[in-house]
Amino acid sequence: MQPETGISVDLTLIWAGIVAFAVFMYVFMDGFDLGVGILFPFAPGGERDRDLMMNTVAPIWDANETWLILGGAGLFAAFPLAYSILLPALYMPILLMLIALIFRGVAFEFRFKAHSSKYLWTSSFFIGSFFASFSQGLILGAFIDGFEVTGRDFSGSIWDWFSPFGILCGFAIVTGYALLGATWLIWRTHGALQDWCRSLAPKLLLGVLVFFALVSLITPAWNEVVRARWFTFPNIIYLAPLPVTTLLVSAWMWTAIRGGRDVVPFVLALVIFVLAFAGLAISLWPYVIPPNITIWDAASPPESQIFLLIGLAFLIPTILAYTAFTYWVFRGKLQEGEGYGH
Amino acid sequence: MELDALLLARIQFAFTISFHILFPAFTIGLASWIAVLEGRWLWTKNDLYKRLSSFWTKVFAVSFGMGVVSGIVMSYQFGTNWSRYSDVGGYILGPLIQYEVVTAFFLEATFLGVMLFGRDRVPPWLHFFATCMVALGTLISAFWILSANSFMQTPAGYEIREDGLLYPKSWWDIVFNPSFPYRYFHMVIACFLTTSFVIAGVSAWHLLNNRHEIYARIGLNMSLGLIAVLAPVQIFVGDLTGLNTLEHQPTKLAAIEGHWETHAGAPLILFAIPDQQAEMNHWEISIPKLGSLILTHEWDGVIKGLKEVAPEDRPPVWIVFWSFRIMVGLGMLMLAVAVTGVFLMWRRKHYTTRWYLRILQFCTPIGFAAILFGWVTTEVGRQPWTVYGILRTADSVSPAITGAGVLTSLIIFFLTYCIVFSAGIYYLMRIFERGPEAHVPPPDRSANRPKRPFSAAEEALEGPEDTHGSRTGPGPRPAPAE
Repeated sequence: MQPETGISVDLTLIWAGIVAFAVFMYVFMDGFDLGVGILFPFAPGGERDRDLMMNTVAPIWDANETWLILGGAGLFAAFPLAYSILLPALYMPILLMLIALIFRGVAFEFRFKAHSSKYLWTSSFFIGSFFASFSQGLILGAFIDGFEVTGRDFSGSIWDWFSPFGILCGFAIVTGYALLGATWLIWRTHGALQDWCRSLAPKLLLGVLVFFALVSLITPAWNEVVRARWFTFPNIIYLAPLPVTTLLVSAWMWTAIRGGRDVVPFVLALVIFVLAFAGLAISLWPYVIPPNITIWDAASPPESQIFLLIGLAFLIPTILAYTAFTYWVFRGKLQEGEGYGH
Repeated sequence: MELDALLLARIQFAFTISFHILFPAFTIGLASWIAVLEGRWLWTKNDLYKRLSSFWTKVFAVSFGMGVVSGIVMSYQFGTNWSRYSDVGGYILGPLIQYEVVTAFFLEATFLGVMLFGRDRVPPWLHFFATCMVALGTLISAFWILSANSFMQTPAGYEIREDGLLYPKSWWDIVFNPSFPYRYFHMVIACFLTTSFVIAGVSAWHLLNNRHEIYARIGLNMSLGLIAVLAPVQIFVGDLTGLNTLEHQPTKLAAIEGHWETHAGAPLILFAIPDQQAEMNHWEISIPKLGSLILTHEWDGVIKGLKEVAPEDRPPVWIVFWSFRIMVGLGMLMLAVAVTGVFLMWRRKHYTTRWYLRILQFCTPIGFAAILFGWVTTEVGRQPWTVYGILRTADSVSPAITGAGVLTSLIIFFLTYCIVFSAGIYYLMRIFERGPEAHVPPPDRSANRPKRPFSAAEEALEGPEDTHGSRTGPGPRPAPAE
């Protein structure tokens, strides 16, 4: 279905941008603190290092995770049809993600209050972080694969999300978040812990590139629309800079890690995620439920879109401002024993 | 046996939301309580208030953490189990929930970081500001949730177009729908009462054990003062909420009152066993005419009975009837506790009257119970509708879900919540046991980088150190950690 009036085109596009922004902010921000959880059991200095690692994210993880709710609520508000199709279709991986996020979330509070049972909350934090990330990969894989829809309802089975491709995406996300986590820790810690992250980050980067390459090759091999979009002339010329830039940024990141830079690797890891996200958007555009439902089919009426947009125009910059403020308050390298101040 | 997906989805929703509501109910009041303590500390420079606020901040952190993780489940459950509802009501309810996220959740979550971890990194006034922002966030959050829920009770400002979906016509009428103001204040007061009873109960417990006495006295005075004001106010607001229900949801009111027939001069039914099949009450004990007098303020006011609507449009009467009576009973008990407390305060005996302190200790969870029964009354009373008079619960459920799928997730949620809740209660009890004196806030540090570790071991609540926490009697107090 094509848009009827000029104004609704703009609004729906703006909303697609907002939801995409919220999802990206979530992937990036909760990505690095989930990554810290994924690296948790492997910390070279045992519980002491784990305390440090946890303290680098303890003051901010909650706000980071709120972007997930913003993404979900934004989908519900601006594209309710997509919300009411996606969620039943992704029932099981969403359930897995929620349970994992519960165990991981309470671990922040409980681990510092526990003594003899501390190890339980250490594993709860790791297992929760791992499965929350893995299930997000499963969701991504199912999304790329597309959904069976009849009328206004999901008509597939509760197991449709389960596929080798989804599992591949699961491991890709886990590796990607681990890279974000490792570069974050390079920035926020020092000494043995930082050295360990420095030696780990290049391996994770390599892993991420391999997974990205696999996903980028499998998707067009299976999906005609994606193939046509990327591998026809002249699109191939316009889109070629994307993979090329990814490789250049990766090379730069490699040298930055080796060269002892603190902040640059984290920023470049972020850039790699932006590029991957852009590639995904190009493949799937303009579908919110591939392969049939576009953003215009699923959009709320303009009355709902405008009502929210007026508020968001003020609120999103405000949120970003006070988020930046808290990051600034908790700036600097973590010292041992510092952090859990309540 | 065929598993009933609709029934299971309803059980799952009731279970998860009942679990979730306990935490916001507590933290809405607690955030404001901590802000008041911080404010008094800034004003008086008396360190007692600072220690007391540190102590309750620990309680807040554990409760808030559990509230956040159980709340995320709620925001996704609308889509997973109730996709028809999300589709039909999404144009109106989506924006309301989105506004909650952007006005409240981010405010709470972001400033919570500063509140919990920033004490030695920001100046005291900024820490106080962060605490106030968290408190404000909890109240804004309640505003949007109650608005969305009230819309489902008393929809307004919408139109239904040919596709059968609800479209917004007036956002003002949607947000400030007829039952919203009553239900919002009823809920916020309930939250403040819940927190006050927890503070009073913990303080009473400490006084009974002769521990943390200075702190317990402050806590007891402030919480009893608030209960004395709020308990009567709540009964008044509750009555207004009832009148609003009579006007906009007469069927729910008939179920609450247990009236099957439409009466002029209806009795007030005190006790009865409502029978849905027979359309009558067994063992009814009632006071003639009083029902009409209370609800219409006239002896012969007309009260509509349940038989005005078809049997399939009636809520399950006995649940609504009894949960309402339990809620009102708990409210009356709160009032009795408040009146007794004021009397004892006037005689300056409230710190030492042991039987009264025992009652306060026993009443610690009374607010939680009243809130749960109140929500059961209002939500079960709305049945069989999801959006009152517009969308049936049976038509709201996701067509794609299976009974087995919902049952699986229900069991998983149940087990998860059992583990998390037990652990949370365990750690909260340990915090309460050790009291404010075990929770010395870290000394102010001039530099951003503290030199001295205040280690996690000091914070740990288990292990050998525990034993002095449960000690009774006046003996030597544990020395402050620094």
